Amino acid sequence: MSPILSVTDLRVGFATHDGVVRAVDRVSFDLNPGEVVAIVGESGCGKSVTAQTLMGLTRSPNTTISGSVIFGGRDLTQLPDNELRSLRGEHIAMIFQDPMTSLNPVYRVGDQIAEMIRAHRQVSKKDAVARAAELLRSVGIPNPERRVRDYPHEFSGGMRQRVMIAMALALEPEVLIADEPTTALDVTIQAQILGLLRTLNREKNVSVVLITHDLGVVAEIADKVVVMYAGQVVEEAPLEALFYQPRHPYTWGLLGSIPRPDEARGDRLTQIPGQPPSLLDPPTGCRFAARCEYAFDDCTRLPPLRARPGDAGHLDRCWLTTDPRVAGR
Amino acid sequence: MLRFAVRRTAGMVGVLFAISVIVFLIFNVIPNSDPAARIAGKNANPALIARVRADLGLDQSLPVQYLTMMKQIFTGRLTSYSSDQNVAQQIWKGLPVTLSLCIGAALLWMALAVWFGYLSAVRAGRFTDRALTILALVGISLPVFWLAAILLYYLSFKAQLFPTGSYVPLTDNPVQWAYHLVLPWLTLAVLYVGFYSRVLRSNMLDGMNEDYVRTARAKGLTERQVRLRHVLRNSMIPVVTLFGLDFGAVVGGGAILTETVFNLNGVGLYAGQAIGKLDLPPLMAVTMFGAFFIVLFNGIVDILYAVLDPRIRLGEAAPV
Repeated sequence: MSPILSVTDLRVGFATHDGVVRAVDRVSFDLNPGEVVAIVGESGCGKSVTAQTLMGLTRSPNTTISGSVIFGGRDLTQLPDNELRSLRGEHIAMIFQDPMTSLNPVYRVGDQIAEMIRAHRQVSKKDAVARAAELLRSVGIPNPERRVRDYPHEFSGGMRQRVMIAMALALEPEVLIADEPTTALDVTIQAQILGLLRTLNREKNVSVVLITHDLGVVAEIADKVVVMYAGQVVEEAPLEALFYQPRHPYTWGLLGSIPRPDEARGDRLTQIPGQPPSLLDPPTGCRFAARCEYAFDDCTRLPPLRARPGDAGHLDRCWLTTDPRVAGR
Repeated sequence: MLRFAVRRTAGMVGVLFAISVIVFLIFNVIPNSDPAARIAGKNANPALIARVRADLGLDQSLPVQYLTMMKQIFTGRLTSYSSDQNVAQQIWKGLPVTLSLCIGAALLWMALAVWFGYLSAVRAGRFTDRALTILALVGISLPVFWLAAILLYYLSFKAQLFPTGSYVPLTDNPVQWAYHLVLPWLTLAVLYVGFYSRVLRSNMLDGMNEDYVRTARAKGLTERQVRLRHVLRNSMIPVVTLFGLDFGAVVGGGAILTETVFNLNGVGLYAGQAIGKLDLPPLMAVTMFGAFFIVLFNGIVDILYAVLDPRIRLGEAAPV
């Protein structure tokens, strides 16, 4: 099965007054049709920049982008603005973290969805709004014919995220990029939105790139997980393998910092000490070494992202051999 | 809507009361402002001055004088101290001139300000933006009387491209009306173009970082659609606020310098002449007339707000 979206050696740098911030450094991953790939990592690790770069939303005079994003046989990083624009929404759609601010407060939601349809299709405003109502119904918004005439502030947070999802799905894109879609929502609403994404993924066969820092969300929905740290991929594995045989100490740290209701209370949550390195001038060796309790001499050199013999689908970027890891876990 | 109208009207009464009291008191503490002494002439004897004072009612207590003046204003019987002319009639006579000047200038300054502000924001940091920034600062810094004099000297007197001042009524000859008003419109608009385009530019630059603008781009809209529908529209709200205040002010006599230099017999020129003669009744009337327009246009702006931003509901609008 050939991937629908293939990211290879993607690098994104932002020129600032202090120098170039290398927000994304040689990130590669494949998204297969119908798959949900989760990109996880803490704030500032480059996951959102990666997601936005896939759609060309980070393009600007002080951004340098290299590497490739292959979609439908074309490299999106090389595509002229107008061709990329016609791809946005039509083939690759995106939903964002904060549904409170992602919709324009001064337009009716039906008009905002219709605007997207009319940017790509020759349909009348009336038909587009009627289609918007159908879409709202499909994402579980009651009274859609009436609700298309409401403004975003007349919706709750979860309902607004549903509107965003309805809008993203308006033109039946092949790929949906969801940038922390549940972060700003209550836990109960989070579950509903994830359930909705899961249903859409299965029923409409939409491939999803899910950006999140929440491993609970990942466990719920992802097929494959890419763990990022300081702009680099440090581990990539199928869901089960990542949770049951994690290999990178950073992934151990992430998994260790999830509260465990099944264990005795009173213990403090594990945390990873320290802060991620500055991306202005990242360390030349392993970027996680300064915070890693297993660091040793080899860690002054940057480890490659590679698979272990006999396990091709599970990549990690660490010098440790297998034995001490098991002991460490 | 009814609640809004009632609240606004009550607010307007309050504003007019406060302003009239302040103007009245200021006038009464200005040294040598006794109208009776001025009217009676240079070498008048005290008896004559006292008689004039009694005629004008100035021998009564301040509150009584104030109430008398208010009564005259609202019945339209207020007359000038220095000329015996009816103040309301004079303002009424000046109004077409002032409105011609202000409406034309306002259209000009809004159109240019939106255009320049938009261009400046879209080309932020580049040559167009820098050139427009300098132009805007020059426009804000130019004194109106100086600019008017320069325009008159070079374009009217030297190059003979435009007529020198005065006013041709619109009903007499619309072409001449506009032709005579080109320079005044330009002069009055320059300051506001500079100011508004700067405000719009910074609002648009802020607006471009909004999440919904990113959403609009992710939808596949063209950059132009994104800017016009999602950035410009939302950035107009503060500009509309400014416009309400400024338009009310120029209609209410704020175009005093422009009217004076171009010899347009409008409300502003009338107020200017009254200041020269320390003539309280016209000043009081023009001030209240101006305040009335400012409050009125503010109310209109609030209605526009609700149109521009559906989150604003007039019933809950902040008091004046």
